[in-house]
Amino acid sequence: MLLLIALLPFVGFLVNVGFGRRMSKAVSGGVACGAIIASFLVSSVAVWRLVAQAPEERVFTQQVFSWIASGDLNVGFTLRLDPLSAVMILVVTGIGSLIHIYSTAYMDQERDSEYARYFSYLNLFAAFMLVLVLGANFVVMFVGWEGVGLCSYLLIGFWYEKKSASDAGKKAFIVNRIGDFGFILGIFLAFVRFGTLDFQEIARAVSGIAPESAFGVLSLMTLLLFVGATGKSAQIPLFVWLPDAMEGPTPVSALIHAATMVTAGVYMIGRNAALFSHAPETLTIVAIVGAATALMAGTIGLVQTDIKRVLAYSTVSQLGYMFLAMGVGAFAAGIFHLYTHAFFKALLFLGSGAVIHALGGEQDLRRMGGLRRELPMTYWTFVVGALAIAGVPGLAGFFSKDEILFRTFAGGHVVLWTIGLLTSLLTAIYMFRIVFLTFYGERREASTEHPVHLHDAPRPMAWALVALAIGSVLAGYVGVPAILGGGDRLAHFLEPSFHIEMAHEGGAGSTELALMILSSAIAIAGIGIASYFFLRNTRAAQAMADRFAGVYRVLSNKYYVDEIYDAAIVQPIRIVSEQGLWKIVDARVIDGLVNGAGRLVEVSSATLRRVQTGSVRAYAASLFFGVVAILGYYLWR
Amino acid sequence: MVTLNHYLVLSAILFAIGTAGVFVRRNLITILLSIEIMLNAVNLTFVAFGRAMGSADGQIIVFFVMTVAAAEAAVGLAIVISLFRHRESLNPDSFTALKW
Repeated sequence: MLLLIALLPFVGFLVNVGFGRRMSKAVSGGVACGAIIASFLVSSVAVWRLVAQAPEERVFTQQVFSWIASGDLNVGFTLRLDPLSAVMILVVTGIGSLIHIYSTAYMDQERDSEYARYFSYLNLFAAFMLVLVLGANFVVMFVGWEGVGLCSYLLIGFWYEKKSASDAGKKAFIVNRIGDFGFILGIFLAFVRFGTLDFQEIARAVSGIAPESAFGVLSLMTLLLFVGATGKSAQIPLFVWLPDAMEGPTPVSALIHAATMVTAGVYMIGRNAALFSHAPETLTIVAIVGAATALMAGTIGLVQTDIKRVLAYSTVSQLGYMFLAMGVGAFAAGIFHLYTHAFFKALLFLGSGAVIHALGGEQDLRRMGGLRRELPMTYWTFVVGALAIAGVPGLAGFFSKDEILFRTFAGGHVVLWTIGLLTSLLTAIYMFRIVFLTFYGERREASTEHPVHLHDAPRPMAWALVALAIGSVLAGYVGVPAILGGGDRLAHFLEPSFHIEMAHEGGAGSTELALMILSSAIAIAGIGIASYFFLRNTRAAQAMADRFAGVYRVLSNKYYVDEIYDAAIVQPIRIVSEQGLWKIVDARVIDGLVNGAGRLVEVSSATLRRVQTGSVRAYAASLFFGVVAILGYYLWR
Repeated sequence: MVTLNHYLVLSAILFAIGTAGVFVRRNLITILLSIEIMLNAVNLTFVAFGRAMGSADGQIIVFFVMTVAAAEAAVGLAIVISLFRHRESLNPDSFTALKW
């Protein structure tokens, strides 16, 4: 049953990759959507059965086959469904289904074969993502981890004839490779330390030892795993690939680069919560990196002009929130935010996709405006998403973000909490900057050559938008904190997966309420600031940019991180490769060895060939004298 | 009394004659004949040893050698004929095209 969940999209992939060229769009899109929806239904049944169990027995394990059995290393291709992976598979297949449906309309201008190629990649991605979240040990997870990286590369570079798209695909792949190197070293270390790679057994083994007081082997192991997470989940210092990944089709950005794949790092830490909570040094680093990333990406998001890039930096920022939650030990809050973020960020991306689709490919915020009347459906759903991410009370983002901020504050991390609060102000400002620039004000001319026929989202796109908007409103209600009369049910549901005792502060009610009011006020203030600068007094934004020209330049150039990496890493590697490795090692040493071997054979052959006289009697003579010499040697020896 | 040594000496003489023929003669057919002499010298050794040891093995091997020699003569003569058609000569020194 668990295997079926991952296998169905894989079958969809095989069908589309095998027969896609000969199928019409309706068939290949139908196969892909059917596969992921079937997977969603199977997932729902599996989760239903899981919930029916008693809380401490909520684990289904299925060993598909014994994969590697070599000495101490015993790895099975094992899938395991527990509350944490249950949340993940529902997000992946549920939101995945909506995005598949959306894509059938969004991609309809592609040729039939390209259309099938797109859907085959999308199905393959879903299959690998499900393997990632269902994997019961590090090796199976790593297969999924690399698989989704591959699909991400293929889909970012989907329009490979465009140089920037294929470059962005390569950048994503290579930056992820750096993280994956750390990840795999962490896996090796885990095996050396615990002798097993199964998550449950590692959690059991680690529960018997005391948390490390100083930086030790557990800290190193978790830090290496976290390096992998920074690559996959676009945190400092490896976040540079995600904004460029926006070169891919917009539904891909929604599915892979907002809702699912980039959250794999958060999921991985949640999966190893017991391990990470035994390495407080690492947790501190995780929290600091998360908060720093959240703030940095939030500030960059303020000034970007490409609608998808703003959303990309917003994703980086929200992922920073999730890591902040993980770092302060609020694992359930982090996963809760992952889950609500999947809804409203997918919604925002799909909404921006509808805008781009309507404008014939225009992505520049400065050339949009006044689309509220022409695209009412897109407008309303987008506003719901923006309100949800800004943290307006009652919507999904409010509950999850407040949970993180409260846990951070309750854990005594006041500085990190302040950064989180500041980031939530920035979030409200940049989200409503998009809303006001896109949907309000005067219509500005688009740059695309072909005349734009403005149209609201076609029907499949509209369905997906509405479903996600409903999700963005309601998703938060599974985790309403106790103070507001909820039961914080998601946290209780997830608790067995973390294998550690979670702290349930009951007495700090008034603090929690005060923080909630504060962050709601901040969200509303952010919307107010955005409306002042981008709606009522548009010249003020320009004046502000002129007044702080230096800051503005740094932000719009993304803190020059790409340039710094280029100068510090890419160029030195280039120079060493070109001047050293190519011109000396390759051209001189390696080519010299190969040519030298050839030359040696050539010279010695030139001498030896003289023996080949062609005269039969000479051969006979040499044979005869040879035999005489050998016999003579044995006789007179 | 004819002893084993007599046979071996005769065989050595025949073998030396054959070898000398291969080296000295300039006619391919004569060279083939010389090779036959060498083979038969060896045959003689086999038979002589076989008798001296009271075993039939030597004679059996001789039958094999004779079979091979017959086949070799047939193939060898066929090659000689086609070589002659090619060069109008039987001198081995005129067939030196297969060199470096």
